[in-house]
Amino acid sequence: MYTRIERSATGLELTLTGAWRAVNLPAIDAELSGIDWDGATLLSVSTREAELLDLSGAWRLRKLLQQVAAAGTRIEWRTPEPELLHLVEKTLAEGGPPVPPTSSESFFQPISALGQRVMVRVEDAKSGLDFIGRVAAMSGAVLTSWRRLRPISVARHVYDTGITAIPIVALIAFLITIIIAYISAEELRQFGAEIYVVDTVTIGVLRELGVLLTAIIVAGRSGSAFAAEIGAMKLNEEVDALRASGVNPIEVLVLPRLSGLVIALPLLTVVADAIGLAAGAVLCKFLLDMSLIQYLTEMKSAIGPTTFWVGVIKAPVFALLIALSACYRGLQVRDSSRELGRLTTVAVVQSIFLVILADAIFAVAFWQLDI
Amino acid sequence: MMATVATPAIEVRGLVNRFGRQVVHDGLDMTVQTGEVFGIVGGSGSGKSVLLRTILGLHQPQAGEVRLEGRKLTGLSEQELHGYKARYGVTFQHGALFSSLTVIQNVQLPMLEHLSLDAATRDALALLKIRLVGLAESDAHKYPSQLSGGMVKRAALARALALDPPLLFLDEPTSGLDPISAAAFDSLLMDLQRQLKLTVVMITHDLDTIFRTCNRVGVIVDRKMLTDTLAGISSNPHPWIQAYFHGERAARYGAVDHAVPSDGVPRGA
Ligand SMILES: Nc1ncnc2c1ncn2[C@@H]1O[C@H](COP(=O)(O)OP(=O)(O)OP(=O)(O)O)[C@@H](O)[C@H]1O
Ligand SMILES: [Mg+2]
Repeated sequence: MYTRIERSATGLELTLTGAWRAVNLPAIDAELSGIDWDGATLLSVSTREAELLDLSGAWRLRKLLQQVAAAGTRIEWRTPEPELLHLVEKTLAEGGPPVPPTSSESFFQPISALGQRVMVRVEDAKSGLDFIGRVAAMSGAVLTSWRRLRPISVARHVYDTGITAIPIVALIAFLITIIIAYISAEELRQFGAEIYVVDTVTIGVLRELGVLLTAIIVAGRSGSAFAAEIGAMKLNEEVDALRASGVNPIEVLVLPRLSGLVIALPLLTVVADAIGLAAGAVLCKFLLDMSLIQYLTEMKSAIGPTTFWVGVIKAPVFALLIALSACYRGLQVRDSSRELGRLTTVAVVQSIFLVILADAIFAVAFWQLDI
Repeated sequence: MMATVATPAIEVRGLVNRFGRQVVHDGLDMTVQTGEVFGIVGGSGSGKSVLLRTILGLHQPQAGEVRLEGRKLTGLSEQELHGYKARYGVTFQHGALFSSLTVIQNVQLPMLEHLSLDAATRDALALLKIRLVGLAESDAHKYPSQLSGGMVKRAALARALALDPPLLFLDEPTSGLDPISAAAFDSLLMDLQRQLKLTVVMITHDLDTIFRTCNRVGVIVDRKMLTDTLAGISSNPHPWIQAYFHGERAARYGAVDHAVPSDGVPRGA
């Protein structure tokens, strides 16, 4: 119960009861809508029995009185008019500047939306190229002095992106090689050509799997970390603070991460290669009953002079792609934590995509070059 | 002066807070009566924000207890704690607005959590709070990154007022406001406090605000709190308090003269 209505000779008497608080607004609304105002000429209001009237309650009361007044009813107070009502009145009366209209709807909306999206992509590509240019120019400048290379920072990133990734990279390389070897053993057994499992594993791991797996894991692990670290610094205005103190963010944030990853990824690839080959040996021993000597001999004949290098040479390129796109996206973060999440996702998806695209280009190029 | 009622709104006893080897609070006591404006002052790093976080249950103290309206904070069930959170509003030192929500959405977030109102009412109430703290209607749809430092403070206050809580915790609400806005803030606070009978706990470095609004002041010195009325505290012999209330800055603002009335009547009111 929040109201009591009594009819007197002169008109209606409204007495507020209970707590007129925000929590009770739905109940108050329901009660008020049930009241029959019935063209009364005078409404006399009392708040004496109200337990509490807070701002929300005062706002609701004001709305009610406005409605009643608009219907031509005179309002009279039996108790002093609550001061809060004045406060609400004063706040809402001071007309602020009008809200500027949001961008006008266009007749050609779908078309202009498409055009805008294209333009956004074009701008994105341009600023991406611009970023690569800046990084390249800055690395030229940095190479002039040992101190500006920031060896300590680079070492930290080698540790964070390389050393700490060894367990997961090793585990995944082991499992994937087991799967590949097992499937090819099943197939080749039908032809009595089990020995070629060794060739499949060796060439597959060294040329493609080792480096690709590693790059994808690192893109997920360190790409997201780069984007999130730099993005959080952007949100915190730390990047602006760097700029303002004359420090180039590309030099201190991007280049150490980039060099760290370029060093770490090839090393991780070697680890993945070694574990992959070991996994092949284990599988051949237990599934195909092949001796280790036999495995090594076959492996040696399968490995050409370039097989290993074809894989490892791709690692620094992949590292560049991952570090560049992750740092670029991180630096794009503005305004809100949602942007941070969105751009971190974009960074990971984009770097994995770029890694696979580059791998395809490498495959075609090596095939053309007959390596 | 405030009549001392049976259960104080907030009671802190023997609070100990340590970070590693650094002792921030060592046996700190504090009592805030219902309906008063209580100012907390202290040097930078004296543990004002940590005290506030402890009272709000955001920080677990090493020892001591916090009682809110006579009930131990640690003794409340999850449900009671949730209900309790609708009874206080808080502004943090750095604003802590949700960066992915607009100002009006920020204000509506507590309403969505604790009230079941229809969208139109929610919008109207949120706008009322936004206008009340001195922001324009056109600011309501801005994101926090598009606000100035002072506007962030105001928006945070609007969010703290979202549920019309009877208890307000404010961490440096006027820092970053221009003096005119700070004065307007003080009078808004006094209006609300008087009309809604709010209990306010306010951390502030602003002598003007203290003299205009506070009934009693607690000073954190030597890891403990000294509490007194304004007149009482400014005649306390502790050197830090002397420097604070009678230092060069205080004298220049003429603050000392205003310390004389101890009845909490705001100056110039
Ligand atoms: N999470 C934390 N970990 C370690 N130390 C902390 C932590 N939070 C606060 N401190 C320390 O506790 C002390 C008190 O900090 P607090 O933020 O409460 O200061 P303050 O009184 O609010 O100062 P200011 O007026 O500058 O806001 C400081 O020395 C700070 O370094
Ligand atoms: Mg603080």
